[in-house]
Amino acid sequence: MLLQTHGLTASYGQFKALFGIDLAVAKGECLAIIGANGAGKTTLLRSITGVLRNAPGMVMHRGEAIGDLPADRVMQRGIAMVPEGRKLFPSLSVEENLLIGGQVRGGSGPWGLEAIYDLFPILRERRRSPGTALSGGQQQMVAIGRALMSNPDLLLCDEISLGLAPVVIRDIYAALPRIRASGMAVVIVEQDIARALSVADRVVCMMEGRITLEGTPAQLNRAQIHAAYFGEAA
Amino acid sequence: MEKGQRMKIVTRTRAGTITGLMVVVLVLAGLALPAVAPRSLIQDLFFILTMLSLAQVWNLLAGYGGLVSVGQQAFVGIGAYAMFAMVILFGWDPVPAVLVGGVAAVILAVPTAFFAFRLQGAYFAIGTWVIAEVTRLLVAQWKALGGGTGTSLPREATSDIMGVELIRTLFDVREAAARDILAYWLALILTVCIIGGIYWLLKNRLGLALAAVRDNTEAARSVGIDTTRLKWAVFLIAAFATGLIGALIYVQTARISPDAAFSLTDWTAYVIFIVVIGGIGTLEGPIIGVIVFFVLQSALSDYGAWYLLTLGLLAIAVMLFAPKGLWGLIAARTGLRLFPVQRRLVGHDINGGK
Amino acid sequence: MIWVDTVVQGVLLGGLYALFAAGLSLVFGIMRLVNLAHGDMIVAAAFLILLLVQGLGLNPFLAALLAAPAMFAFGWLLQRFILNRVLGKDILPPLLVTFGLSVALQNGMLEAFSADSRRIPIGPLESASVSLGGITVGVMPLLTFGSAVAVIVVLNQIFYRTALGRAFRATSDDPVTASLMGINPRGIFAMATGLAMVVVTIAALYLGMRSNFDPSIGPARLIYAFEAVIIGGLGSLWGTLAGGIIIGVAQTLGAAINPEWQILAGHIAFLVVLVIRPRGLFPRALD
Ligand SMILES: Nc1ncnc2c1ncn2[C@@H]1O[C@H](COP(=O)(O)OP(=O)(O)OP(=O)(O)O)[C@@H](O)[C@H]1O
Ligand SMILES: [Mg+2]
Repeated sequence: MLLQTHGLTASYGQFKALFGIDLAVAKGECLAIIGANGAGKTTLLRSITGVLRNAPGMVMHRGEAIGDLPADRVMQRGIAMVPEGRKLFPSLSVEENLLIGGQVRGGSGPWGLEAIYDLFPILRERRRSPGTALSGGQQQMVAIGRALMSNPDLLLCDEISLGLAPVVIRDIYAALPRIRASGMAVVIVEQDIARALSVADRVVCMMEGRITLEGTPAQLNRAQIHAAYFGEAA
Repeated sequence: MEKGQRMKIVTRTRAGTITGLMVVVLVLAGLALPAVAPRSLIQDLFFILTMLSLAQVWNLLAGYGGLVSVGQQAFVGIGAYAMFAMVILFGWDPVPAVLVGGVAAVILAVPTAFFAFRLQGAYFAIGTWVIAEVTRLLVAQWKALGGGTGTSLPREATSDIMGVELIRTLFDVREAAARDILAYWLALILTVCIIGGIYWLLKNRLGLALAAVRDNTEAARSVGIDTTRLKWAVFLIAAFATGLIGALIYVQTARISPDAAFSLTDWTAYVIFIVVIGGIGTLEGPIIGVIVFFVLQSALSDYGAWYLLTLGLLAIAVMLFAPKGLWGLIAARTGLRLFPVQRRLVGHDINGGK
Repeated sequence: MIWVDTVVQGVLLGGLYALFAAGLSLVFGIMRLVNLAHGDMIVAAAFLILLLVQGLGLNPFLAALLAAPAMFAFGWLLQRFILNRVLGKDILPPLLVTFGLSVALQNGMLEAFSADSRRIPIGPLESASVSLGGITVGVMPLLTFGSAVAVIVVLNQIFYRTALGRAFRATSDDPVTASLMGINPRGIFAMATGLAMVVVTIAALYLGMRSNFDPSIGPARLIYAFEAVIIGGLGSLWGTLAGGIIIGVAQTLGAAINPEWQILAGHIAFLVVLVIRPRGLFPRALD
């Protein structure tokens, strides 16, 4: 297994947000995490990336305990994140935003500036603009490109379609196969269930800090998902 | 669980009552003390009381109000100079002139606040400092009060301060000692009034509002707390009290100069150290802090710069390892609270005002 | 003509203030840290240079070159082990720690070097002057101003042309997201403070060569530096230079009217600028 979590918990002060999550991601796999607002999806990604710290054994990467590593060390191991809300650096141009993604770790791998520009040609045109001057969809492309620049073996994407028009979402998802073709595993957090089912190898549904359903798109039916998503019988 | 909480409230109230009784006894003993104490002790106590008052006021500003001012020396200085002006230029008795010191400080505080409240966080701190410097430089131009070199209270004024004659006959002391006793009494009363006043304010509406603002300015605004007015209120109250203390300090020393009266080190640096070492955001903290400060000063007074070096390092160590100060450590161990201001929850962070 | 002369002297003086302020501006811009010990650190660096000059008989510029790495290490360690621990949403802890540091440094230097006034000896350069279109200006003030401009150009190059500068800006924008890029914000902060201490060394060189100094003068220098930074606008180095020049010109103009008004005029200029523009002359768009 590329990544595993064992009984992963997380809390914000007194508030418990995750109750013992067990998750596994295989090499090259595409896993979709679905769940309603506040289910704990972002918190799960934050815990994996080290933004929230845990007991060492709660997160394992390539067989090593990384639960207590700070975010920068986790990233250096090859886990890259496209954060919720894109979070481009306002003081940096588009190109600089991309460069900083590969600044600490990058080197050997298919993804570099040119490859990103080929993936999202519009970025080449806008490379001198400040990152935050772009449209939402273009900003999302920068955020994805920025994460790819480090040539990770695991890419975590948090709600990449949030707030975007359907055509734009389609453009962005069109890049997914090419990204997966380079061999990296991808975890996408997505509220659009249909989209999640259509792109993922496996789907995990979360509710109130727990995993309520897990399976391949073929195994799951609507009623099951509805129950796992909203916590009631359909 | 419920029982435990109730228990806690009971002990708190009891500690509070005991504190109240102790305060009454202490104040009475303090007033009677000059009958038996040597003059040097009275002077030390005067120093301790005035530093404690300044510390309590700064704590109100920064610890409760989030207004981190490093320019409080402006109000000490202007209060002292206003008192001197009333005595020298208008022939007032120094004791009522102390009140004018407080008023003068408020008058200075209005433009200061107008200016400094436009600045956020750290800028606010620097802004208050610059204003204190400007005030010092302007006062140094005031030739009638000695300009840059300063002046002394005239002998006629110091010899017949109201009450000094009475004290002389009462305790059979010389005039200078009688003046120290008078100043000490006033300092004692002022300290009690300041601590009592701040305690009262915090227990009542101001405390609730301040806690709301400190925890979340936006939320406070949404429940109808006017944060700007609140900041003004705290700042002006603090200025008035600081002006009174400043004027009183210089009634006792009877000699003034701009550099001394507007000293950043004496009236703000020391005061901040007292609050930080004792425990910011509590009423008990400055009391502990002033004791530590005085003990250190007495113990290290022969070693010159080592004393301040130690104080600076101690403040850093406290900030790093016990951000709630010595009182925070004591309170965490024992659960003791001398001044139960319920709204100040144990374990809350101190947030800078914004 | 006398006024032109006064203004020119003021601009050159502003260069010195900008030099005092550049390190402060750097740290302020990157991590919102207000270093109240900055002035005392300049004085400490001046003593270090003086020791090297007197102890090893070095040229002051060479001595500063030797002092710079030591100061870098000092800044790096200070940030790494003390200041990083108190950085956060609340501005009070770092303010208080640097205040404690200021008092400790001042008194430590007082113990080590006594209260005597010192100066870094530079020989004939001290009084040398050149004539520029009818105005006589000292070589030292000119050199100071040139150094200030050079320091700002170099810092801007680092900021906008290097990977380190990119990391500085990203971390300043958003430390959490920067850490998702594999950047350790604490390491970046330590680098920034180290770099600021190199600038402090340069400021110390000119402070020590141009005027007498003793352990107590730090805070007075700090206040001018702060004024320059705040007038200029958070994180803008050219703004800091402009701020320094405004303070410098106000001071020389004030002094021309009445020598007692020199310092006062500088402070008043600061207050006036801030009343008109509370965020300084060149604030960054964000914040
Ligand atoms: N910084 C925080 N402080 C306190 N509580 C938080 C914080 N961030 C999230 N929470 C809470 O934790 C729970 C899980 O939040 P999380 O952001 O992980 O949900 P999510 O599944 O990503 O939701 P969304 O679809 O809205 O992004 C929510 O109840 C949320 O209110
Ligand atoms: Mg989320």
